[in-house]
Amino acid sequence: MIKSKTFGSYLSDIIIWTVLLLLTALCFLPLMNMVSVSFSDSTAAQANQVGLLPVNVNFNSYRLLLEDAQFWRSFMISVERVVLGTALNLLLTVLMAYPLSKNTKQFGARNIYMNVMIFAMLFSGGMIPLFIVVKSLGLMDTIWSLILPGAVPIFNVILLMNFFKSIPDSLEEAAIMDGASKLKILFKIYLPISLPALATIGLFSIVGHWNDYFSGLLYMNSSANFPLQTYIQQLNVDVTKITDPSQLKAIASVSNKTLNAAKIVVSIIPVLLIYPFLQKYFTSGLVIGSVKE
Amino acid sequence: MWKRKYRSGQLGYHLMMAPGMIFLIIFSFVPMFGIVMAFQDYVPAKGILGSQWVGLTNFEYMLQIPDSWNILRNTVLIALGKIIFGTIVPIVFALLLNEIRLKWAKRSIQTIVYLPNFLSWAVVAAIVINVFDYHGPINSFLQAFGHQPIMFLASNDWFRTVIIGSDVWKNFGYGAIVYLAALTGIDPGLYEASSIDGANRFQQLLHVTFPGILPTIMLISALNLGNILNAGFDQIYALYNPIVYETGDVIDTYVYRVGLLGQQYSFATAIGLLKSVVSFTLLIAANKLSIKFANLRIF
Repeated sequence: MIKSKTFGSYLSDIIIWTVLLLLTALCFLPLMNMVSVSFSDSTAAQANQVGLLPVNVNFNSYRLLLEDAQFWRSFMISVERVVLGTALNLLLTVLMAYPLSKNTKQFGARNIYMNVMIFAMLFSGGMIPLFIVVKSLGLMDTIWSLILPGAVPIFNVILLMNFFKSIPDSLEEAAIMDGASKLKILFKIYLPISLPALATIGLFSIVGHWNDYFSGLLYMNSSANFPLQTYIQQLNVDVTKITDPSQLKAIASVSNKTLNAAKIVVSIIPVLLIYPFLQKYFTSGLVIGSVKE
Repeated sequence: MWKRKYRSGQLGYHLMMAPGMIFLIIFSFVPMFGIVMAFQDYVPAKGILGSQWVGLTNFEYMLQIPDSWNILRNTVLIALGKIIFGTIVPIVFALLLNEIRLKWAKRSIQTIVYLPNFLSWAVVAAIVINVFDYHGPINSFLQAFGHQPIMFLASNDWFRTVIIGSDVWKNFGYGAIVYLAALTGIDPGLYEASSIDGANRFQQLLHVTFPGILPTIMLISALNLGNILNAGFDQIYALYNPIVYETGDVIDTYVYRVGLLGQQYSFATAIGLLKSVVSFTLLIAANKLSIKFANLRIF
């Protein structure tokens, strides 16, 4: 393209870059500050002297954090939840997406199942009836209360179903001729060509399980059983319980800023580790989603 | 022969559906029957079968107390604010980013602004509390210009703004992805043709780019319509406090606090039921709208 640079186009370039860099800084700076606080001297942090760079760099808060038994207990509960929860999510998604990807001639009850699932996705009994169900099943204070209620991610089932639909029937017909079972067709033919779609769904499942703090609060009576994000949320709880504005000023000076910052930073690390993969797949996730039913 | 074999395979399909359906029955459909609690005076010790039926008493009570109107107003105001700014900011960001030709700069900006979307509200709440602290950066900034510091999170004038603002902060980058995808779909020939006709950048934006992404904007807006009663429980619960109940309490936080913590199970279920019914209706309407205007089924 031929471009003649006029004054107007320079000006618009400057405006575009300024706004973009401002927006980017707005996203980056608060995170950077959190990291800096975690490496700073605690009196400097308490006095709000830490900006973008740490003041008197030290690792004290991380040393303290290593000895914090409850933090690591919660960390491991979250890891366990992510592993079990994602595995169950993926297994059920795959098993349901395959029959649903068939047409009504191949699978007569397909539309009935589909409508039941869409209804379950759009309508819910609400927080309290679900809570009572989880409680009466005796799941309170167990890891299963965090995993089983969300075992079927209906939206993901629909995404994967749409992906399966795009796989040509001829592949399957050949396998049927060879006498392969449905399960074998699913795992030997469909899954290997669906790896990018599965990766997308799996990664979002991981992030969802890792980041959810509320189910931990809802279903765990004992704070010893809190998953990590619930534990993190409890660090802020002073602020959410104030009843008088003057309390807000006092809180800042008592809470242990550097240690809390270190806890938050460590709780983000697993997300950062899978972030490159997420970035690779989330656009493709959108593409899968846009396939029409 | 071949056909029979194919049909007999249907049992296999049912078996594959079974595990997931069992979970859905237990954790989606059984709770739906729990909705009958809304028409009872539910006492946990007696259970649903033993509790007394009270007809519409819970709903009548809901209409009488001022709390109801308060939480409805807060919910709709916060949700609307999020929908409006959560649509405009990503579009503006996507349009600006689309103007950038430097690949590495574009990639770096994207990497940074997508990140907050993947942080939990527990973490983002900690960041928000930090930034809007009485001695925090925003207040230092205000003081530098001679303003009095503001206790944003304990101020009924500011709480909703902080909620909407932090939600936009967390989600605008990720929300821009759909628009960026729509922008790449615009035929480059249109830009060439318009520049031959003497259109400048701004005119191109108005007459080529904007019409190109309009269907996407319509679709996303239709989807958002179903969220008008979802003000964002996880976020508000992590940030609010009794001082700002007046402006920050929404349906979901109220149901949790009064219903679960305050053990008014039946009353809160009644509120939750109304919310579910309205949201369901809106989602169906949104689907109809999107089929009509964008020719795309949402579900």
